[in-house]
Amino acid sequence: MRELILTRHNDLIDPFVRVWSWEIPLYLFLGGWVAGMMIINGYFLLRGRHREDLCVCSVLPGLAVVLLSLGMLALFLDLEHKRYVWRLYTTFEIASPMSWGAWILLLVYPALLAAALVRVPPLLRALWPSLDRLADTVSARPRTVRAIGFANVAMGVLLGTYTGILLSGLGARPLWGSALLGPLFLLSGLSSAAAFTHLVARHAEERVLLAKSDNVFLLVELFLIALFLIGLLSASEAHIRAARLLLGGPYTAVFWVFVVGLGIVVPLLVQSLAVGHRIRHTALAPVLVLGGGLALRFVIVYAGQFSHWAG
Amino acid sequence: MARYGMVIDTRRCVGCMDCVVACKTENEVPEGLNRDWIACDTRGVFPTLHMEIRTERCNHCDNPPCVTCCPTGASHVEEPGRVVLVTPEVCIGCKACLASCPYDARFVNPAGYADKCTFCVHRVKEGLDPACVAVCPTYCMHFGDLDDPHSEVARLLESREHHALLPAAGTEPRIHYLG
Repeated sequence: MRELILTRHNDLIDPFVRVWSWEIPLYLFLGGWVAGMMIINGYFLLRGRHREDLCVCSVLPGLAVVLLSLGMLALFLDLEHKRYVWRLYTTFEIASPMSWGAWILLLVYPALLAAALVRVPPLLRALWPSLDRLADTVSARPRTVRAIGFANVAMGVLLGTYTGILLSGLGARPLWGSALLGPLFLLSGLSSAAAFTHLVARHAEERVLLAKSDNVFLLVELFLIALFLIGLLSASEAHIRAARLLLGGPYTAVFWVFVVGLGIVVPLLVQSLAVGHRIRHTALAPVLVLGGGLALRFVIVYAGQFSHWAG
Repeated sequence: MARYGMVIDTRRCVGCMDCVVACKTENEVPEGLNRDWIACDTRGVFPTLHMEIRTERCNHCDNPPCVTCCPTGASHVEEPGRVVLVTPEVCIGCKACLASCPYDARFVNPAGYADKCTFCVHRVKEGLDPACVAVCPTYCMHFGDLDDPHSEVARLLESREHHALLPAAGTEPRIHYLG
């Protein structure tokens, strides 16, 4: 038996840590989603498929800029000392994942804007004729397009992985003490991006291709979740206690129902049937995948803060 | 270079909270928040129980995760004494340091920056003990250079059994408790 009584009652700390509310999970979700969009779009650019009328190339980069900006707004709202936010860009702290993230975000924007120029949506072309000429110049140069594609894939991998490493770099919370959080959040981001493209794709070929890709991403995500839990269960007592938060503890239901069940397994089954032409492609599976991705960030951030080294 | 630390005799600490009041007064800690606190830790099975009363605060770790995770360098290690401090006007209030501290020793000051124990460096620079150490009525708290073999803290650690909090977290805390 152990009973620990503290006279401390600090806000956001006691009785358990809850320093990060909805803003950080939302930011991590949007960051991962944008990372997935960059990788998928970059892959299509590398393959020279920007000449085809695909939503991947015409919709994703512009939308990613908006989503990333919303994510950064959420991050800004979370800051307690907002007027000093510019301090992020007066230094580079090599050991701090958050400092890496701040600089990665700064590099992501030019890569996304360059990708948006490769295939500008017709509405924007009509609004800004000069953009039209610039887009034609860029898209007519295969080497430039490939370079933009490569930059998007590289920045997407960095951004998606960073959203997980941001948490796993904070060793005080045993649930986050796994290097698998980086790949897991990256795969979840890829899955969200594929699901979204599946949702908005105009052509059957693009829809089927993205649904097939999403199935692979979801399977790998499921495998990474299993490895993540096995890793925690085979580590120290504190890590085992942290894993139990998801295996019988207070976050079990939300994790297994919303993240694994509705967020991965159900859409995987639905999309497999749709790809096999047994049912029609509907919005159900992509919407569930996006909801599951958001739920994953919420569960990991909240349960992670709840986990502690002390027994 | 000095490496400041504390040695706290849990056999003498009665949990009177003088150290808590002294810290709040000396450092003008905002109402409802604490840089130091009292822990009553009871272990065992009745009737064989062991209770340890101790005063806790930032451990000014040798391997401080709050410093490595800080994206702006606001959390830093300062000489002399390798004390872990926060520069308020560099802190953006991202709270990564709060999440990274296994001792939950930090909090957000109402002004927006991360706040914590400073070992009263302003007093130490004048040759005084930290406020909590200076007021302790049972003389259970000792402050000094852990690397100086002639210091009181080094001699106490040499002569008595001691432990630190959460050694498994790997932060190498510099506050030691005599059992």
